[in-house]
Parts: sequence; C-alpha cells; structure tokens
Amino acid sequence: MPSILTYAEHRDGTLRRPSLEVVSEARRLADQMGGDTKVECVLIGSGVAPLAATLAAHGADRVHVVDAKELAAYATEGYARVVAQLISNEKPKAVLIPYSAMGKDLAPRVAARVGAGLVSDVVKLTVKDGKLQARRPMYAGKTFATVEWVGEPQMATLRPNVFPLAPADAARKFETVTADVEVANQRAKVVSMQATAAGKVELTEAQIVVSGGRGLKGPENFHLVEELAAALGAAVGASRAVVDAGWVDHHYQVGQTGKTVSPSLYIAAGISGAIQHLAGMSSSKVIVAINKDADAPIFKVANYGLVGDIFEILPKLTEAAKTSLAGRK
Amino acid sequence: MKIVVCVKQVPDTEARLKLASDGKAIAEADINWIVSPYDEMAIEEALKLKEAKGGDVVLVSVGGDRVQAALRNGLAMGADSAIHLKDPLFEGLDSRGIAWALAAAIKPLGPDLILTGQTGVGTDDSQVPGMLAEILDLPQVTMAVKIEITDSKATVKREVEGASETWETTLPAVISAQKGLNEPRYASLKGIMAAKKKPIQTMDAATAGLKAEDLAPKTRIVAMELPPTRSTVKMIEGDPDTQVKELLRILHDEAKVL
Repeated sequence: MPSILTYAEHRDGTLRRPSLEVVSEARRLADQMGGDTKVECVLIGSGVAPLAATLAAHGADRVHVVDAKELAAYATEGYARVVAQLISNEKPKAVLIPYSAMGKDLAPRVAARVGAGLVSDVVKLTVKDGKLQARRPMYAGKTFATVEWVGEPQMATLRPNVFPLAPADAARKFETVTADVEVANQRAKVVSMQATAAGKVELTEAQIVVSGGRGLKGPENFHLVEELAAALGAAVGASRAVVDAGWVDHHYQVGQTGKTVSPSLYIAAGISGAIQHLAGMSSSKVIVAINKDADAPIFKVANYGLVGDIFEILPKLTEAAKTSLAGRK
Repeated sequence: MKIVVCVKQVPDTEARLKLASDGKAIAEADINWIVSPYDEMAIEEALKLKEAKGGDVVLVSVGGDRVQAALRNGLAMGADSAIHLKDPLFEGLDSRGIAWALAAAIKPLGPDLILTGQTGVGTDDSQVPGMLAEILDLPQVTMAVKIEITDSKATVKREVEGASETWETTLPAVISAQKGLNEPRYASLKGIMAAKKKPIQTMDAATAGLKAEDLAPKTRIVAMELPPTRSTVKMIEGDPDTQVKELLRILHDEAKVL
C-alpha cells in the first residue's frame, strides 16, 4: 500500500503544532495521489500512545507508537534509528518532518541513513505524475526553487506556520501499531532542559510578530515593542542591528542570520528593512511597517505603512489594541 | 586536540541576486563571496579551543577555484592548514554529496572534533552536519550556542523553541554552530600575511576515494525564480490617533488578521 510517513514531535505531553501541520499536509497529498495512499505517523517517546488520536483526527490512518523509557527524551541517534527502520520496513513514498529545531537535527541523519534525498524548509508541495514537487525559499527568500527528488522516499522538512491545519475529526478511524525497536546506547544526549521565560510566544510559530529596530534609539525603549506584542498576544522579534548592538538577545533576531518567520501579521517598528532582515520575514502574510522615514525599504515589502514617530504611535497602538481586542472578547 | 572545521563559501548576505540563464540557479557573476557566517563562528570556536588546549585546526571545503579565498580567510583568522576538495565530479552536488565528499577527506585525519556552521547561508539546508555525522558514524549536537570540552566529552548548550537544552556527547563528535556561540574575530594583517604561507592541499575525488555513485544527487532544482512582487503598500495617513484607529480597523475588517 503506498504511504506517506510523518514525524510527530511533542513536548510536555502535547503534540507540537508543526506536527499537526505536517500530518494535515500528508493527508492532502495522499488524497491527491489516490490509489488509497495511507498517511502513517511515527510517534516516539515514553507514555505517548494517547497522542495518536489527535494525529488521526488530523489525517493519520495508522500511527506507529514507539514507546520506551530510554526514548523519553529526544536524542538524535536513537530517534534516527527508529525512523530509519520504519522507513526500511514501510517503504513510504514520502517522509514529512517539521522544520523545527528537532526536525532540523533529525531529518538529515535519517536521510543519510536510508540514502534518501532531503529537501529543507519546504513551503509548498504538489503532486505531479504521482511524484512530489517542492517549492522552497533559498538565499533566505531572495529566490524560490522548485525541487524534485531522484528516487524514493522523497524526504522533506516543512516550514512551520505555512501549511494549514486540517479540521480535526475525532471520529476518523485509525489503527495503532506498536513497534519494537532496539534502543542502542546514545552517545549524545540531553542532560537538562530549561524553559525560557514562561508565557512567551515562540517566534517561528507565532501568528503575530512585533519586531523592533534601530528606530527605537536604545535598549531602554524596547519595552514599547514588548508591550505591543503582549497586547496582541504576539512574539517579539528584532533586527540584526539591535541584536548586534546588544539591546536584546540573539534569539530575537529575524533575518538571514537569524530566524525566518511567516506569521499572519508582522509589525516592523523602527526597522528600515535591510535586505538581511527582509529575507527573514517577507513570507509573512500581512506586513505592517511603522517608520519615520517614508523612503525606508521596509515599505517596499509592507502591505500597510505608517509614516510617523514610533514613540508616539506604538503606545497609542498598544492602548487601542488592548481596548479593541478586549471589547471583542 | 585535532579540530576539523567545514567551510562553505556563500554569496554576501547583502548581495542582490539575479538568476542564471538556465533559470535553475543564481547568476554567479558580480557576486561578492564570503565565508558562511555560521562557519566563521565554527572557525572562531576551533581557534578558541586551540588557544585553551593546544592542537591543530584544519579547514575543509568543497568547490571550484574561488573556494580558495574562503580557505585563505580562515587561515588568516588562525587555522593551521586546509584541504580543498576540487573535482569536476563535485559540481552540482546536493547536501548528501557534499557530506560524502567532506567525510572522505575528514576520516583519515582522525579528528577529536568536527565543527560546522548550523546552516550554509544561501542554500539554507541545515543538512550537512547531521549527514556528515551519520556517514562518519559519530554523535552530533546541532545549533550549539555554548561548547565546553572536558577530557573526551563535550557539554553543549542548544536552543530549541521556548527552551534551552544542555547536551553531553562523547568525542569525537560533529557540533554545529548557531548564532550566539561567539563573535568571530577579524583576520589581522599579520594573520593575512601568515596565511599566504600556510598549506592548502587540493584533493580530487579519486584521491579521497570517492566514486560517482556516492555523490549522485538525490534532489535536483528544476526551476528557480525571484519572489513574487508584493502588491503596493497602502499608506495610512493622518495624525497618530487616526493612523492607529485606521490600522486596527483594516487589520480587523479587511486583512482579517486580528
């Protein structure tokens, strides 16, 4: 039976959203391929079996549950062995993995192990003559490439926040398979994990991002961006200029040498729009630019532009957003 | 300790790109080539480890003649020697082929540590570190923001979505550098002069023991295009109160993102 295999990532007993995006996309592709193509998922961890139902609700026909105490924490070698073994057994036509920190670490190791071609950071997949074709940004979005595979499985990592979730159908029938694997010794492993400040929205997965740049004039004013983000339930980003100047930590950086984001709404405050920055956010669905300079390059990629003083506009926007969002709840 | 650093030469991140005439790649003319920024961090980390513990830093890169400039750059920063993998067979490789080529050159060196950038800026694949580790049968830790070496073990800090992980790995291992690991040094004039005398060994596929089938691409780019142009920006005019009110109205009623 032809199949598409997806990798399900979870943390603290919950499936992470990119895992559901990946299974939703696999379902769409399987239905287009026809020939009763099945969607299979691999779920690795300890005590993870209850998560299978959620994968099924988003499109999985069969969930391979690989449950072992030794697999409770993610470790590249052990997990790669499990996924590679499943690929050898099931011979899927395609393998889809989220382009998350974990997926970026895991997918290349699996691809090398099974000798498959891997296409990273895919933003669109289409079926052409029964095979997949991928579209992906390259040079940080300055170009887009159409990529094909030579042979199978066709492995891809999918950019988070791009592929829509299939509506959950709790009544979908599915099958759970318990797979036995040998867990060999792990040479590299996680010894501790620390959550970064609670309540913060993860930049690469946020639906709304508010970013600040040099127009804020100094680190003491960065709170204006953080307050607007808090009012909108958004993640906070920054330009390379302010990260390099030491105003905020590097993990806030959006751009070619930082994070790539594609939220529904991106608000750039006091960011001029260096090509480096545009590369990391131009795939956002709606872009709002606020800048005092009407000629700033950021307005070339923005959908909506406000020319003005960010020290005046940001606090007003924060207050107005609080009032209007509260009024709508 | 013996440290190998994999180096990729990439277009300057500020470069404006044009397409090649075949429509499957970027036009290489007029591009200013640089060492991939993450690879510079890998070189810097190797040099810091060498300064602390002694040892030898070897750079390895795959590509045509222009790659020599990237290797010279790393040598000027302070690396000791370099291997330049150069062969017509290495043209048009995908990440898998590059990983095989690098592995073939690295294996005989028997390094204690292999450092790479977490991704090659440009192709943005993030594939070579993991593939290289698998081919060499070594453990890997990717996207490191802190590396500490003690005896034959490395403790590595790695950032994931909303959390920070501490990994331990036996050595040798492949570790990839993420922004935050360090601030790469600039080559000094003395370093640049010294680099001219440092050895760059050119190695072809046969010498590396590579065959065409090891390198055969499993993915291929069939078309490349420039991004679609966005519709023209709509400027929201008026005093700040009017601008803010109108923006929220548009985002809610028209764009439907709030």
